[in-house]
Amino acid sequence: MELIDLTLIWIAIIGLGVFMYVLMDGFDLGVGILFPFAPDEEARDTMMNTVAPVWDGNETWLILGGAGLLAAFPLVYAVFLPALYIGVFLLLAGLIFRGVAFEFRFKANRSKYLWNWSFFGGSLVASFAQGAVVGAYIQGFEVDGFTYVGGPLDWLTPFTVMTGLALVCGYTLLGATWLILKTEGALQDWAYSVARWMLGAVMLFFAVISIWTPLAEARVMERWLGNIEWLWIFPLVTLAAAAWLWQAIEKRREGIPFIATLTLFITFYAGLLISMWPLAVPPEHTFWDAASAPESQLFLLLGVLFITPVILGYTAWTYWVFRGKVRAGEGYH
Amino acid sequence: MELDPLLLSRIQFAFVVSFHALFPVFTIGLAAYIATLEGLFYRTDNPVYARLSRFWTRVFAVIFGMGVVSGIVMAFQFGTNWSAFSYASANFLGPVLSYEVVTAFFLEATFLGVLLFGRDKVPKGVHLFAACMVALGTFISSFWILSANSWMQTPAGIEIRDGLIYVTSWSEAIFNPSLWPRFFHMALASFLTAGFVVAGVSAWYLLRGRAPDINRKALGMTVVLLAFIAPAQLVVGDLHGLNTFEHQPEKVAAMEGAWETKQGAPLILFAIPSAANERNYLEIAIPNAASLILTHDLQGEVPGLKEWAPEDRPPVGWVFWSFRVMVAIGLLMIAVAAVALVQRLRGRLYESPRLLKVFTWMIPLPFVAVLAGWFVTDIGRQPWVIHGIMRTSEAVTPSLTGWMALFSLIGFIAVYAVIFAAGLYYLVRLIQAGPEALEHTPETSEGRPKRPLSAVDTSFDDGATPEGVRR
Repeated sequence: MELIDLTLIWIAIIGLGVFMYVLMDGFDLGVGILFPFAPDEEARDTMMNTVAPVWDGNETWLILGGAGLLAAFPLVYAVFLPALYIGVFLLLAGLIFRGVAFEFRFKANRSKYLWNWSFFGGSLVASFAQGAVVGAYIQGFEVDGFTYVGGPLDWLTPFTVMTGLALVCGYTLLGATWLILKTEGALQDWAYSVARWMLGAVMLFFAVISIWTPLAEARVMERWLGNIEWLWIFPLVTLAAAAWLWQAIEKRREGIPFIATLTLFITFYAGLLISMWPLAVPPEHTFWDAASAPESQLFLLLGVLFITPVILGYTAWTYWVFRGKVRAGEGYH
Repeated sequence: MELDPLLLSRIQFAFVVSFHALFPVFTIGLAAYIATLEGLFYRTDNPVYARLSRFWTRVFAVIFGMGVVSGIVMAFQFGTNWSAFSYASANFLGPVLSYEVVTAFFLEATFLGVLLFGRDKVPKGVHLFAACMVALGTFISSFWILSANSWMQTPAGIEIRDGLIYVTSWSEAIFNPSLWPRFFHMALASFLTAGFVVAGVSAWYLLRGRAPDINRKALGMTVVLLAFIAPAQLVVGDLHGLNTFEHQPEKVAAMEGAWETKQGAPLILFAIPSAANERNYLEIAIPNAASLILTHDLQGEVPGLKEWAPEDRPPVGWVFWSFRVMVAIGLLMIAVAAVALVQRLRGRLYESPRLLKVFTWMIPLPFVAVLAGWFVTDIGRQPWVIHGIMRTSEAVTPSLTGWMALFSLIGFIAVYAVIFAAGLYYLVRLIQAGPEALEHTPETSEGRPKRPLSAVDTSFDDGATPEGVRR
């Protein structure tokens, strides 16, 4: 066991799982947030059809995140969830209303507008709650040994409200660039203009968070002003990706905006991990403190190594099956 | 007023898990049925099977969606309300629940997309494959979740160091002593549930003379299946009971309503057990029958609840009554299935309005039986969360306050009430519109495939009857 650091491998796996979730459910949720602003009801039908075949698989990455944390880093699971109790409830309620809206809206007529609001509200609340979780992670938790001892609303601060709004904008940008990829005509034109505005909003939040976080958390300041100069490559890549995205929107490219947005998310994510490393439950516990028994990590790792390529394979295959543009009146009639 | 976070968390967990359990128990059986229909269609090219599959797949989609969203709640509930339990048992439960996600959930979720939306995008054989993968996924999923539950009932393959559980043998822990009886009992329950729903809905159509060709086929197939599965469940249930008798005798004592340890214990048919007075009122019993069932000996010894200290006994009333509800429904199922099989052999199944009506009334009963069965096994496990190792009172999240638990409990009740009401409403509409509604929608427009699930021209909520549908 000494030769291989299982905990390090599990950080990579959970990190990848969370990231897969953020990317894949991110664009679904973004499409949901954009829903009430769409040009017309037909556009909404098309928008929903772009995500209907895949949302369920996308959301499964969240369940994997929950179960994987319990398996590999039980301390994170047993501190974050009690600390974020109210937030987790809002997240779940949001995901429930968002999820059933897919099935119910297509079967509704007179009550369709209710499921439009359910889809929008659910997506918005779930996105905000996820952003607030990220903020709460940066803030840290009040623990006594291995137990959370803070209050029920400790997580709700101006900072977490801001990270919540930031993720809402981020997901909206992902959703807009997804729509650019999957639609055409007037709906696509609209998605281009939304993407332009959202890119501005996301970069604004990026600037605010980049200044606020080090000022609020001394350890983050030390990390970035310490002696590891190459870290600064990440903000530079972020700016480059933003410029790439802007240019792609101006040139009305179809695929590049989505890929550039993914690149933006990857650099945000890397920046976050660099700021927090190696803390799993800030301010005290590292990932190694939070890890489960090595035999448990190993047992699950063996399965994951064999099964994940298969999952990625058939997931890619379904995206291939449902490739191409989704046209108006195509799914729902 | 002092709110008890433990009690509120227990109510919340019971509510959320009971609500969730309704959906998988139906989808596990229905997925297998749809895969069977797709397989028959693939082999015979008989359009009846394709039409049936198309209709039931749409029902499946609604139920599955509700199962998925209520299942996500379960993945987080362990942490929010039971963090002490989660933290202590994570070394075993974490990997098991993760294996459920990676081996089953992705399989179901991904191939469901192809099953629902891909009929015209993939070759026929691939579509059948997708149906089989969804069905396989539901079974793998139930294997892992029942392994986790069974381990909480009959823990094995572990040791405890500094209050944390460590796995010493994965095979002993996963394949713990009560896994297989529980797994087969649950698998048969899923088949019974899906079978009685399909039979009930088909009978409802036949009573109204709607789409008789396909609904006769559906009812005929299902009746034969039920006539074998319903009695088989009695046998498997008995084996499960014997397994519980061996490993959790206090649960069986509560099921039997037995207070005193007896040789030649009677089988109590009816009683009002009183935990406070440690006795039963208004008892009606068959002498020696409990000993015969549990020990296969008329004079066999059956321990009573007084063998355990009052704080180690499960809540008797809940377990005792849930068990009787489950068994009564099971016996009723056997009777209905047997009569239906006889009528089918005599060629009178489809012309017997009384029997068809009975089938439509049977639709809710398997769900009641399944919930009652889970009440027996999980209330019967109390006061333990992990039998003999950790008490439920030690499992609750330390920082949880009564008000937080009350907030989330009311929240979940409100959310689920809306979801369940809407889901049931659309299901009823979907069934009222019937398989015929699917048949006058063209499969493609402008040469591009449609979303078969939603390919209904019917407006479901303005009361309009789709054209050509007889009421």
